[in-house]
Amino acid sequence: MNDAAPVRFVAKNMRVDLELIAGMIAPGSRVLDIGCGDGALIDHLFRTRECDARGIEIDMAEVTRAVAHGLPVMQGDADTDLTHYPDDAFDYVVLSRTLQAVGRPREVLRQMLRIGTRAIVSFPNFGHWSLRWQLLTTGRMPMTKTWGRMWYETPNIHPCTIRDFFSLCDEEGYRVETWLAADDAGRHAPWRRAPMLANLFGEQGLFLLRRDHRAFRA
Amino acid sequence: MDQSPFPEIAHLHETFTEGLDLDCGAHLAQIDIAYRTYGTLNADRSNAVLVCHALTGDQYVAETHPLTGKPAWWGAMVGAGKPVDTDRYFVICSNVLGGCMGSTGPRSRSDQNVGEPWGTLFPPVTIQDMVRAQKKLIDRLGISRLFAVIGGSMGGMQALAWASLFPESVFAAVPVATAAHHSAQNIAFHEVGRQAIFADPDFHGGRYWAHGVIPARGLAVARMTAHITYLSEAALTRKFGRRLQGGDVLSPILFGERFAVESYLEHQGSSFVRRFDANSYLCITRAMDFFDLAADHGGSLGAAFRGSKTRFLLVSFSSDWLFPTAESRTIARALNQAAANVSFVEIVSDKGHDAFLLDEPDFHRTIAGFLGGAAEAAGLA
Repeated sequence: MNDAAPVRFVAKNMRVDLELIAGMIAPGSRVLDIGCGDGALIDHLFRTRECDARGIEIDMAEVTRAVAHGLPVMQGDADTDLTHYPDDAFDYVVLSRTLQAVGRPREVLRQMLRIGTRAIVSFPNFGHWSLRWQLLTTGRMPMTKTWGRMWYETPNIHPCTIRDFFSLCDEEGYRVETWLAADDAGRHAPWRRAPMLANLFGEQGLFLLRRDHRAFRA
Repeated sequence: MDQSPFPEIAHLHETFTEGLDLDCGAHLAQIDIAYRTYGTLNADRSNAVLVCHALTGDQYVAETHPLTGKPAWWGAMVGAGKPVDTDRYFVICSNVLGGCMGSTGPRSRSDQNVGEPWGTLFPPVTIQDMVRAQKKLIDRLGISRLFAVIGGSMGGMQALAWASLFPESVFAAVPVATAAHHSAQNIAFHEVGRQAIFADPDFHGGRYWAHGVIPARGLAVARMTAHITYLSEAALTRKFGRRLQGGDVLSPILFGERFAVESYLEHQGSSFVRRFDANSYLCITRAMDFFDLAADHGGSLGAAFRGSKTRFLLVSFSSDWLFPTAESRTIARALNQAAANVSFVEIVSDKGHDAFLLDEPDFHRTIAGFLGGAAEAAGLA
């Protein structure tokens, strides 16, 4: 890894994420991918599912790469730029392995479910057993492939666990339509119905959320 | 400095005898629009790209200029195998209304005073008037929908106006290094240039043709001022630094030695007056100053693009202080409000506003890729 590279996001394991997320999206949908990187998901959705998929990415080099590949991507910041979109502009708003790096995750989620009917959120699970084990045995911040930067320079300023995320959805009144936990290779079967186990063995959590209209009635 | 008006040469043009109603309320009885085309229009007339030129540009976007003999002004962008590929697209570029390369402007014969040019009596035109004149040309060429409209600086203003006025006729729009309104600072710089022209004794209240002269000194100063705004401090430092033309010995005469940057500006000024009309310069700078797309839509820029199906690419350059990135971001956000399809890139460059005309590989890759993606979406083979 090049240490001089600007620190912003963890390296994305797009291949695993892309397949899982794409599987949740209905063909022909309007999709906004926040933190879209070089636009691999957008490209995939456009080519295989005929979606009107667009992206926002903060890293200008990635944006240039995406646009130079003909993908509709704009440079922008999840924390500040979602407020400019109208309500219900998209069927799905995707935030793939980026939630832990934004300044105000709760506000970003609110915006996602304002401008989109559904939100798809994936994040690396800080409750994974290997992280717990490292913290327990060494008493230092865990270092893994995903959590590979020192605490003072990590872009991942808001790590959370799968159980944390369930609890936030509950507080905010988001309905979890589907969820799964996956390991590094994208396998997700064993912990499907057991959040406690998923929180221990899942390398990442993936959620399909929908605005719960009951929460807005008051 | 050369005081003679630059020669009239023939330009390919279309004449519109029905004239044009202008935003100011005036009506031009008949207009000419000079233009050039490159490449071939396909059978279903769906591959046309309109390139809009900037303040002092003209229609000779991809060929040697017939008057100055200088290379194409956007030769790196438009041509066979270039980002705007003339092997693939049918490229049209027209001289703006108010211009001086064959389109109707202050240099044309007046509707009112037979045998005289309009001069400063030419009615004020707007960016939107320029676009409506271009629309006439596009209609005349039998094209109902442009695949793309591309332009930098004032050309970008026209691209925005196209997408706002004729959304059904623009599949993709590429406003580069531009803004949805001209800032107070930009108006101020224009005003310095205009005052230099007014202050030139050869201006004769705009009727310089009657005296067989041009306000060369004033127009050159206007160009020199403007040219500084097109560059960046870094670019000026890199090109000239504090270098003196004739060594580094302090001359006993106050202006005995000249800085290299002074000579450069002098050259920019004196070559400009041999190809541009002072009254045209006044007319077009005024059109830019009055451009304010949001004001035309009740103060909401988003409203200018409501329901737009056009695909947008906005490009800015990091060292451009005339049309800084913040201006493009404002447009991007307005397009987000309209839920439009928008790509937005800031290209890192130290070349200032001029970067859009220069060799910037990332910029060229971006344009080529965007057009390629748009062509795929448009079903262009």
